[in-house]
Formats: sequence, C-alpha cells, structure tokens
Amino acid sequence: MKKGLIALIIFLGALVAFPLIFQDPFPRHTLIMIMLYAAMGIGWNIIGGYTGQVSFGNAAFFGVGAYATAIMLVNFGITPWLGMLVGCVFSVALAIIVGYPCFRLQGHYFAIATIAVGEIMLLVFTNWEYAGAAVGIYMPILPESFMNFEFHTSKLPYYYIILVIFVAAIGVCWFFERSRLGYYCRAIKEDPDGARSLGINIQRYKMIAFSISAIITSICGTFYAQYVLYIHPTSTMDLMMSIQLCIICLIGGLGKLYGPVIGAFVFIPLTELTRVYLGSEGQGVDLMIYSMLIIILAIWRPQGLWAIFTKGTAK
Amino acid sequence: MKKDLLIIDNITKRFGGLLANQNISFSIDEGEIIGLIGPNGAGKSTLFNCISCYYNSNSGKILFNGTDISRKTPEAICQMGIGRTFQLVRIFKEMTVLENIMIGAFLKHAKQGDATAKAEETANLFGFTEKLSLEAGSLTISDQKRLEVARAFATEPKILLLDEMMAGLNIQEVRETTDLILKLRGMGLTLVLVEHVMEGIMPIANRVIVLDYGLKIAEGTPEEVVNNEKVIEAYFGKKYHAKRRGNTAPLQ
Repeated sequence: MKKGLIALIIFLGALVAFPLIFQDPFPRHTLIMIMLYAAMGIGWNIIGGYTGQVSFGNAAFFGVGAYATAIMLVNFGITPWLGMLVGCVFSVALAIIVGYPCFRLQGHYFAIATIAVGEIMLLVFTNWEYAGAAVGIYMPILPESFMNFEFHTSKLPYYYIILVIFVAAIGVCWFFERSRLGYYCRAIKEDPDGARSLGINIQRYKMIAFSISAIITSICGTFYAQYVLYIHPTSTMDLMMSIQLCIICLIGGLGKLYGPVIGAFVFIPLTELTRVYLGSEGQGVDLMIYSMLIIILAIWRPQGLWAIFTKGTAK
Repeated sequence: MKKDLLIIDNITKRFGGLLANQNISFSIDEGEIIGLIGPNGAGKSTLFNCISCYYNSNSGKILFNGTDISRKTPEAICQMGIGRTFQLVRIFKEMTVLENIMIGAFLKHAKQGDATAKAEETANLFGFTEKLSLEAGSLTISDQKRLEVARAFATEPKILLLDEMMAGLNIQEVRETTDLILKLRGMGLTLVLVEHVMEGIMPIANRVIVLDYGLKIAEGTPEEVVNNEKVIEAYFGKKYHAKRRGNTAPLQ
C-alpha cells in the first residue's frame, strides 16, 4: 500500500516534469493523448470494468461533450468551461435515456445495444445541419487565455489541463473503488441475482456508474474540441474510439484502478508512432499490433498487464 | 414472539401449463425454524422464489409484518428484512470473503469503515476470522454455503430463507450447519429451510411443510409429518405405502 503511494507520487512527479524536459511539440502531444485516453479509459472502466457492462457507445459521450462545447462557443460565444458543464449534463441525460431500456439487457445484448446507440448518435450529427453536419465545426480562433480555453503558441497549458483532468479521473475512480457504489458495482458484475438478494437495486447502480462514466468521457470530449479546435462526427463519435477504450482497459486490466493508465501508456504511443511513420497508409497497423498483444495477453496473463505489477504481492 | 410474521396466503404460480404451486397457504411465527420439504419437482424452490420475489406469483398474497410483498422486487424484500441464499451458491467468487460479507453489510452501513466493522463481526460469528482475505471462489463448498448465509445475515434480516444449505455436505458439515442454524435462531432470527437432507432438518425444525406436485400435502411437527400417510406415499410411492400398511414396523 505504502509502496503504491510512493510509486504514484513518483509517476505524477514525472508527468509534471515531463514537458519541462521535453520541449518539442511531438512528445508533449503524445503524452497529452495518453492522458486523454487514460482518463477516458478510467471512465470506461467504471461501467465496463467494475460494473461489467461492456459499452461500445462511450464515444457518444465524448462527442456530446465536444459538440456541446463547440456549439455553445461558436453560436453564442459561451466559454468552453461552461460548455464542459453543459456537455456533462447532456451526457448524463443521454446515459439515463440509453441506460433505462438497455440495462434490462444482459451481457452481450447490452454491448450490442450500445453499438446501436453510438451509431445513431454518429448518424444524427453527420446529418444535423445546425451542428455542422458531416463537415464539422471549426472553433473560432480567440486570444490565448484560460477562460477561452485556447492556447496557440505552446501545448504546455493543454498539457497541464489534461494532467489535472487525468488526476481527477484517478481520484474519482479511487473513491469509487472504496465506496459502497464501487462494491455494489463489482457485485453486480459478478452475480446480478446474488446482488439483488442483498438489497442492491441493480438498475439504479448501473445507471449511476454509467453516468459517472459519461461525465468523465464528456469532459475529455470538451478538452479534445478545444485542443484540436476542429471537430467532426467521425473524429469524436466513431465506434472505433469506443472499441479503443475497451482495448485500453483490456490490455491494462479490467476493473483495476491503474489498468486503463497502463493500457493508454502502451496503446497511444503505438498509435501515434504508426501514424507518424506510416501515415494514412499505415492506418490499422497499430490495431494489428494490439490484436496480437491481446492474444498474447489472453494466453499469458488474462488479467491484463496490471497483473505483472501485482504478481507475487497480496491482492 | 410475534405471531404470523410471514403469511403465505393462497399462492399459485404457473409456468405455462404447469402448476408449480397451487393454492399454498401457511404462516410462520417469529423465531420459528420451518422446514420446506418434498420430492424433486414438488415446487419448493418455486415457492421460495415467490417468497423472495424472484418470481411474482400468479395469484395469492404474501404478507410480511402485515404488508403484501408478493408484487415487490427481490431487492425491496431484502431491504424490508428477508434475506435468502441460493440452491447453487451465488457468492461473488472473485472477491475476498470479507468483501462478500461487506456487500451485505453495506445495506445498513453506508460507510466503508462501518461496513468493514460489521462484516468482520459477522465473519467472526460464522467462523471466517482466519479466511477474511481469501478469494471466495477458493473456499470449499460448505464454506461457500456458509459464506452465503453470512452475507445475507450481514443485511440484518428478520427472516432468512435458506435454499438447500445441506445438500452435498458430509455428516460432520451437516452437524455444523444445524448448530449454526440453531445459533441464528438464538439470535432472534426466523428461518425457512428448503431441504432434502432429512437428518439435518428433522431434529431442528419446529414445523415442517410438505409439498408434492405443487400442492401442500402436510404440515406439522417433524414427528407428525414422518408418520403422515400422504407424505410416505409421496416419497415412496403407492406400492411401498401399501406394503408398509400391512407391516407395522416403523419406518427407519
């Protein structure tokens, strides 16, 4: 326990110091993407890992966060920070609307239903003129400031903002793990009927977990919109993104606090490197590598990479 | 002791054309140990699932403390004070023993610290003190069954419904289980047991209810029930029953 805390402090210290040592945009960008996906992975892990409800629709929350921010900023000039909040509200609303009927489905059926929801959202935004349709939305270029959530000369502010979001996500998950909610969610994953016999309203707790997952993902969506300053439906709501979140958790360790963190640190550099060195022709090469990685993991360490670190120590 | 803590009033449960429970009525007083027995397929588990609201009965009422619970959900029933275990254990296998009991304890103790304290106390009572950090899936079957009871007990119920707790246990374990059940009653619990193991249930039950083909065919003290003609017929068939009637030797 003590050892874990020290490791965490060293790890976070290294993250804080990283951009001061590496001044180039590319390593900074890579780490921003790692932390972005790690935070989203933590969000996915809460519903998919701890609660065992595999969601292939989490990208929809990312998109809702991004679009809420973009629409409010472009059309009404409202600060993205407020857009972030509104995005969260809409994401929770979506989670509840989707969760209410879908959580009656068990196992694979829930997963399939979330694919449908994700695709519906993608289609809606691809055809919705007000939201820029398939062309997407360009953010207006505003003066650099924290309130405007835009920084043009350096990635450094973005880096620290996502670091805060990332640490906050770890914090939320840490509390989640130790709360009644977290225990109940794990019970629901292991045996829903057994959980009900102990007075657990499984619908309600699945819904709460899904909402937390939605909020974390939505905040990441807002960050992404402000970071890239251009969003379109396939960059924010693609099914592939939901699958990537699932893969990140699978590689790192399902239902483990640091699982998605490890997963993102393995996954994103590979994606970024293949993108840089192979360009668009190399699209998918990273996924081929992951599939191999997953196969190897499934044989060698089905609990995920996280299990390597805990090997030999008490659980 | 409160009379009629739980009243089963004319419960009928149908699965398509099959009448699993047909107009079953009985009542349970506080502090009783009730045995629910009957041959395979008699409808015991169905009735059990109706009481714990995993099934909703087609007609009839179940009154707990005067409230009709027959249309409620399993989680609501547990919150009202009826705990249950399952015929095939449904413990959380990948969690530790302590965590399993904590899930139960969380019902009345929302804080992690309180739930842990309650769970540890419960674990001591059920003899899990040395096994708290073991993974529940690694326990022996008899320990797993006991863990399921401990988990349900941690929700602080008034009634515990135990579904075939003694099935598959050896003689020593059956004895330990009966001791445990008596201990639970001593703590003010009311217990309903579905059981096939007669040497387990008969010495401890205050009353036994016998089902056969979905009907209640007998109710009474264990002695009354074992000598009941209908019960003997249900268990051994008409032929044996006829033979035995000619022979006055008591059934061993």
